[in-house]
Amino acid sequence: MWNSETILMLVENTGITLYMTLTSTIMAYLIGLPMGIALVVTAKDGLRPIGIIYKLLDVIVNVVRSVPFLILLILIIPLTRLIAGKSYGATATIVPLTFAAAPFIARLVESSLLEVDKGVIEAAQSMGASLWTIICKVLLAEARTSLIVGATIALGTILGYSAMAGVVGGGGLGDIAIRYGYYRYESDIMWVTVILLVLLVQILQVIGTRLSRKLDKRSR
Amino acid sequence: MEAIIQIRDVTKTFIGRDNQVEALKGINLDIERGNICGIIGMSGAGKSTLVRCLNFLEKPTSGTVLIEGQDLQAMNGAQLRKARTEIAMIFQHFNLLMQRNVQDNICFPLEIVGMKRREAKKRAAELLKIVGLSEKAKAYPAQLSGGQKQRVAIARALANNPKILLCDEATSALDPTTTKSILALLKEINIQYGITIVIITHEMSVVQEICNQVAIIDEGNLVESGSVEEVFSRPRTKAAQKLVFQGERSTMEMRGKRCIRIVFSENSSFEPVIGNMVLACKTPVNILLADTKDIGGIAHGQMVLQLPEDTVTAEKMIQYLKDRNLTVEELTDYVE
Repeated sequence: MWNSETILMLVENTGITLYMTLTSTIMAYLIGLPMGIALVVTAKDGLRPIGIIYKLLDVIVNVVRSVPFLILLILIIPLTRLIAGKSYGATATIVPLTFAAAPFIARLVESSLLEVDKGVIEAAQSMGASLWTIICKVLLAEARTSLIVGATIALGTILGYSAMAGVVGGGGLGDIAIRYGYYRYESDIMWVTVILLVLLVQILQVIGTRLSRKLDKRSR
Repeated sequence: MEAIIQIRDVTKTFIGRDNQVEALKGINLDIERGNICGIIGMSGAGKSTLVRCLNFLEKPTSGTVLIEGQDLQAMNGAQLRKARTEIAMIFQHFNLLMQRNVQDNICFPLEIVGMKRREAKKRAAELLKIVGLSEKAKAYPAQLSGGQKQRVAIARALANNPKILLCDEATSALDPTTTKSILALLKEINIQYGITIVIITHEMSVVQEICNQVAIIDEGNLVESGSVEEVFSRPRTKAAQKLVFQGERSTMEMRGKRCIRIVFSENSSFEPVIGNMVLACKTPVNILLADTKDIGGIAHGQMVLQLPEDTVTAEKMIQYLKDRNLTVEELTDYVE
């Protein structure tokens, strides 16, 4: 069974997994990053405290995060169909992955931005900086290493979620592991997919750590 | 001429969950253009809140702040931001952007006012020269000492040619030598560019070193203000005395015996008064505390003496001192 066809299939599905993970991470950041910023800015001691918006975002994030991914995946199938045109396959899986990851990312972003020294924000205010300038040039710029560490965590988590999507025919390495390992008892293929998943997480982690270290100017 | 900073009946109340704190209880203060004004008080006196009311980082609960006659309260967001570019501020913990190098930190306020990158870099180089850190342009804050960081902060504060510089405990995190050099730099800036400086501090030495005006804040009230010379040589209120005579504690145990405090002013400090008095009365006195300071070139100071048991000699000594125009104050019922 270790013919070129199997190997080709593994390579192809590694690519699919990466495609799902990276695309959903980017999409999730498009939603999660503004949400995280909004959480920080509208909080009680934030730059523009708006209680209603903060509470609303806080509740949305908590609700979505408390639904297990596998259930969310099934729960939003109608929405997935609406957006992607079908409910199975790699591209369709990006929809639930994005929805599940966005609130998680919002929290990661929120905690990164909260680490920024309040004094530096105050200094920027004292110089007459606008809210937008403070968000871009102080909050995001000063928190960049922490944001990258957060993104690395997010990638790892989304990679794990994408494998779970294999249960409902999501494509990628998780799909292979379930089809061959679980349904056909070909456990060696399952092991290979597991090893590939571990390697992927490892590689992403190393890249993330290196990048954040390189960009951090706080150490001597 | 109109004062550059006019503080009128400013109050600030912080409302907590189940209590409220009156940080400022009606402050009135004028600061003239070109002055270096020290606002001094114990920690928690409200001085940091007061200085934040001068650029509206804290909005006063009531009262007004006029900067060059302009009411900050009446301004909208954009106007206030514009006004803030002319009211610079430096901080105890410097508050530099840690992920930007020195040059880019100084460029930051210039970016805010929309200056072109090339021009901003040129201005940053000029400013670094003023604060004596030209060789550190590409260094990151983490690579600098405290004094160097404060110099960068000062350069950054000067970037937009402010009219006022607010200093919030700017030397409190620095050692005495560095403090001196930073204060010297501030004085130089004050003279060179005519920038009005407001210094918040809990250290008398800072006020003595460079201020010409002082305001003493105690528990949210402005208890005394005036020229440094006036306030330091004759502090009228308890709070002011506590700050001015910071070495007072050692006399506490002497209560019950007859102690006096003499306050020196310019007409007598060059005469060896105590020595002459001892010679004249032929009885020694115990000097419990002696603290003289040089304020603006004129020596000021105070001494606490323990007088002899003999009342006649003691009275004679007090008379001797009074004859020499010294302020003599009995300390027997002085309770902190």
